[in-house]
Amino acid sequence: MAESARTPISPREQPDGVGPGATLPAVREADLREHLPGLEPERQLTDWGRSERVEGLMDRTLVDFFYRYWFRVEVEGIENVPAAGGGLLVSNHSGALPPDAAMIGKAIREEHPHPRRLNITVEHFFKGYPGFSMLIPKIGCVAAHPANVQRLLYDEQELVLVFPEGRKGTEKLYKDRYRLRRFGRGGFVEAAMRAQAPIVPVCVVGAEEAQPVFTQLNMLKKLTGLIYMPLTPTFPHLGPLGALGYLPAKFRLRFLEPIHFERAGMYEDKALVQTTAHDVRSKIQENLLEMITKRRSVWFG
Amino acid sequence: MPSRRVLVTGLSTYWGGRLAQALETAPGIEAIIGVDNEEPTVELQRTEYVKVGAQHALLRRVVEAAEIDTVVDTRLVVDSSTTSSRKAHENNVIGTMNILAACGGPSSGVRKLVFKSSTHYYGSEQDDPAFFDESMGRSHPPRTSIERDILEAEASVAEYAARNPEVSVTVLRCADILGPDLPTALVGLLALPAVLMILGFDPRFQFVQEDDVVHALEHVTQRETPGLYNVAADGVLALSEVAGLLSKPYLPILPPLGTGLAAGIARRLGVSLPPEMLGQLRFGRGVDNRRLKAAGFVYGCTSREAVLALGERMRLHPLLRSDAEPYRYEREVEEFLRWSPNVRSSGTKDAAALTREQVVELRRLLDVYERGTAPDSDVVPGDRSDRPVAP
Repeated sequence: MAESARTPISPREQPDGVGPGATLPAVREADLREHLPGLEPERQLTDWGRSERVEGLMDRTLVDFFYRYWFRVEVEGIENVPAAGGGLLVSNHSGALPPDAAMIGKAIREEHPHPRRLNITVEHFFKGYPGFSMLIPKIGCVAAHPANVQRLLYDEQELVLVFPEGRKGTEKLYKDRYRLRRFGRGGFVEAAMRAQAPIVPVCVVGAEEAQPVFTQLNMLKKLTGLIYMPLTPTFPHLGPLGALGYLPAKFRLRFLEPIHFERAGMYEDKALVQTTAHDVRSKIQENLLEMITKRRSVWFG
Repeated sequence: MPSRRVLVTGLSTYWGGRLAQALETAPGIEAIIGVDNEEPTVELQRTEYVKVGAQHALLRRVVEAAEIDTVVDTRLVVDSSTTSSRKAHENNVIGTMNILAACGGPSSGVRKLVFKSSTHYYGSEQDDPAFFDESMGRSHPPRTSIERDILEAEASVAEYAARNPEVSVTVLRCADILGPDLPTALVGLLALPAVLMILGFDPRFQFVQEDDVVHALEHVTQRETPGLYNVAADGVLALSEVAGLLSKPYLPILPPLGTGLAAGIARRLGVSLPPEMLGQLRFGRGVDNRRLKAAGFVYGCTSREAVLALGERMRLHPLLRSDAEPYRYEREVEEFLRWSPNVRSSGTKDAAALTREQVVELRRLLDVYERGTAPDSDVVPGDRSDRPVAP
């Protein structure tokens, strides 16, 4: 019974003949939402382990510096991010230690008329690295588990950022820049449909040049046990801090029109899920190419 | 159907004793029978204790003779530091099997089964969701014997539920329980002068206070709430937060590599670090507690308050410990108190069984009965009026 890699996120998906799942009480999901625990005012961490203090400190220092002065981020279409309720942001992904997530989060805090916090989904591998494992949840990252996304989108009505390319995006080399990898298995569309939250596609230009990956050092990867070990201008020869060695490329973010899923139960139509995932991917790809055509300089935009 | 005649297994365990005490004050419950192979460890007023073997082989006869309608099984061992793994297996797997066998079958009068389990059921792994809900299983097979036992016990409960659809089966999966008197490994670990951590990890922990567990057991025993429920208070705390609430420093001295080895050494030195806790110290665990709340249960305190209460009690405990005389079960005394015709105004016993008004009413009825049937009755008058009104 324990062999399945992913835990099902709803009783409907309970594998046959397993566990006492047969005796689950029938409770409507909407009823459970009312019983969501609130946050005690005395606490400094949320139930996800997010720390406003650590996040605020990072935001005021490192993230602010990169956002304003290093990448000089320019944002279009911020109004496409919903001001309330759940929303799933889907973006392209690149860079060895990707700066794109932090910049998208900062853009929503800075430019949006209703600044909101963003939950960034990350590979669960990070949970296994000492140090990283402490820091990652504190700055608003959660493991990319379908149940986590469902809880954030549906129950807590939060904004969630996913990178459907996942590791394939960050592993890809400089010569493949701005060519989107496969969009997973469409799990992100399923998550949005299940939670009936809109998908907002996001295009990021600049991150590929900020930290070009020349090659993957497979020997070192095996030695360190990391999920990938890229060779960038500053990493690994300048040590772990070299992973923060970004080149000052000009960043442009474009938030596209949201895609809404109002009808309940859409996620059960696997064909629809796949087509939607494909549509989102080609939309982002088209916009990326258009943004690059307009760009005159990598460093000045 | 409301429970009237309850059998509590594991009466000598902390939970069995606490639950029996709680049920004694419930007016709707007419009989509480507790079975165990050891004597009760708490003072009980009207609960009857029956000593049975560890295998619970004769339990069926007790269940039938007492016309038990509700069985509450609280004796699952979920902490390997309290007993040997062989004994735990015997208790958790074989014991559960036998108890279920005693409650099953077409002739059985049992209509409700409450089973106390643990959130160790879900394990603690890298690719876990942040909140387990009741429909989810483990993401990897169990690594420790206690976790295997819990899975096996729950599997047999599930099988029992499937084969006896007329029985309402409730499983409570309790998160880490906090209470100053609890002999669990976690409470022992938090009682150390510093909170041990694995270097580079700050896992999330969710707790539940001991009183809330007793109330939850009582809640589901008294109501019709079949199904699986997580029992965990609101709030998931990082271990560093727990250390702060206990105002203790945290000590990240367990190495991230070779943690098992280091824990083995620590165990030798008397630190309670059972193997099933190592995953939790690395990856933590949170559960979704909303189903039980939707079933009408209200938690007395949050995870944070439970930790604060534990901290307070731990500071007071060394001062109070010497005063309290531990309870010792003495069969003769208990039997005398329950059954002797000479026990009259034991404020403890009869108060729980019958109120003063009820006794007066009973007397009146007996008088009426005697007057109405006296001519053709051969009851000796002196024999009836002083009968004890034992339940």
